[in-house]
Amino acid sequence: MILDIITSGLINGSVYALLAIGFSLIFGAARIVNLAHTAFYMVASYCIYYATHKLGVHPFLAMLVAILLVTLIGLICYKLFIDPIREHEAAVLIATIAVAMAMQEIMLLIFTGDFLSVPSLAKGYLNILGVKIAYQQLLTFGAALLILAGVWAVLMKTRLGLAVRSTAQDREVANLMGMNESRVAMVTMGISVGLAAFAGAVVVPLSVVNPHMWMHPLIMMMAVVVLGGLGSLKGSFVGAYILGLAESLVVFLIPMGAFLKGSVALSIMILVLLIRPEGLFGVAFEEER
Amino acid sequence: MGMFGFYVRKLYTVFKAEVLVLPSRVVVFLFFLVLLLLPVVTQDPYLLRILILASIFAILAASWDLLSGFTGQLNFGHALFFGVGAYSSALLNLHVHIPPWGSIPSGALAAVLAGLIIGIPCLRLKGTYLALTTLAFPIILMGVVFAIPNITGGELGVSGLDRLSGSRLTDYYVTVVLMLGLCTIMWKITDSNTGIIFHAIREDEVAVRTAGINTTRYKLLAFSLSGFFAGISGGLYAHFMRIAGPSTLEVSMSFTVVIWAIFGGIVTIYGPVGAVFILFPLLEFFRFWPEFRMLMFALVILLILLYMPNGLLPWVRDKIEKECPRCKIRNVATRKTCRVCTASLD
Repeated sequence: MILDIITSGLINGSVYALLAIGFSLIFGAARIVNLAHTAFYMVASYCIYYATHKLGVHPFLAMLVAILLVTLIGLICYKLFIDPIREHEAAVLIATIAVAMAMQEIMLLIFTGDFLSVPSLAKGYLNILGVKIAYQQLLTFGAALLILAGVWAVLMKTRLGLAVRSTAQDREVANLMGMNESRVAMVTMGISVGLAAFAGAVVVPLSVVNPHMWMHPLIMMMAVVVLGGLGSLKGSFVGAYILGLAESLVVFLIPMGAFLKGSVALSIMILVLLIRPEGLFGVAFEEER
Repeated sequence: MGMFGFYVRKLYTVFKAEVLVLPSRVVVFLFFLVLLLLPVVTQDPYLLRILILASIFAILAASWDLLSGFTGQLNFGHALFFGVGAYSSALLNLHVHIPPWGSIPSGALAAVLAGLIIGIPCLRLKGTYLALTTLAFPIILMGVVFAIPNITGGELGVSGLDRLSGSRLTDYYVTVVLMLGLCTIMWKITDSNTGIIFHAIREDEVAVRTAGINTTRYKLLAFSLSGFFAGISGGLYAHFMRIAGPSTLEVSMSFTVVIWAIFGGIVTIYGPVGAVFILFPLLEFFRFWPEFRMLMFALVILLILLYMPNGLLPWVRDKIEKECPRCKIRNVATRKTCRVCTASLD
């Protein structure tokens, strides 16, 4: 029981961490609240489903192709719909909602609303203290941690990462220092969508694929981002595991818990915000004028 | 008879001087006229139903604008007010047997209470934090609704409510007159001193506080006012559909409100109302191609935003009217000189 809670909590937490870090990155570097973020995650899942079931490609290859393809779709959407209106924050907001809705409808048209599933990469399971832990779960967890470490390395150790972080701190000054602000935004959008696609790829063997699968992760991702502090990667990471574990605790321990899992996680977020309005690791921003 | 003729002539002069001078005022006048006189021409129940629902949602979208457009307190959880209004008037009607004219205002008061409850913690948050936090409240409430199905009906909702009134036609007049009245009140609020303070809070809260204005009180006022109007629309919706279900609390409900308001143009009140009356019938029209309905809706929004990022109605208004550079009074775009101060308009 306890082990069940921990495994499902850790896996949910890793997926939320992947999503939240991508969301946080693009918010930091370009001040875009990308509500279509988890829609890309859904599209990636469908790409993998299509490649494995209809084209008969090996799942691993399918994942790679899906991540690349979705990143490309993300960049096209950004160039077409978001970049021209970036100065109008409110317009960007509903443009991203509209993109998400359009993607949901396209997937609904192509694949119908059926619940689909994708074969797992690794069969079999590990038996720890009488609890079955599938290899796929371990793989998902490991891959998520690996990619998070990779993102951290890119952000902290490379010149590109420096550009992203400095743009996040102050766009105008970063521009004056010779960083091409719009190109940084574009690259960040690519990384961000890539992370969403990767999250979709690692989680797809463990969950069902359907066109509405982006709603719940979207809400949880936003809760994670707010809980951890906007723009703080460490905060997103810690917040994701807190909410992931809280969610699985509720599901396993409380009767009717499946209905309440979102409520409890979000209540935790609000409680934390009441004590620390800037989130766990957020810096209290000076008011932007 | 002489007195009557005098008033008619005076009314005509005022009408000519105040309404006919600006095309936007003519449009608003025609909007009132068409909505009020439409049943004389046709009483098609389907058309009336669309317009009733559009009126209900117009109140909702305008109330979002009152809170988020004017004070800049971006609220992503507006469905909370709508849902609380719908559920409370439904429960009051079903269990306490209060007729609609009593249960809808009570539902609105419950929504005001909800506005205060979420307003107080949200006072400490700003901008995106606030937006993402408010998104959480309707979802929390929805979880509660699902968890206690014997009171709230769970997934099925509370059904079997009293009708709004006897017939479709009276329903139509009740909602339309309420919509026109409430939206005028909201517009008047935003035009008053309170509205100016709301607007100032959006522009620069610190400066407003420096001017000796208690911004906390005004923000709470905005939350409760918005909650009141949204609660009324929720109650109307519950009584018109005769069911209050969890769909009133869904995330997509909150998002739709934001879409309407921003599409029509925020900080205007008339923008969201106009947007609902354009988008809602458009969505019904797309019902001819049911599979493509939402897709086309999304594409229309994306395309319009690309060209009019400030919203549709302000864009149209700027095309047909010009602001005098000297006295800031609006003029018809065809005029060469200002109608008040005769300054050149170009």
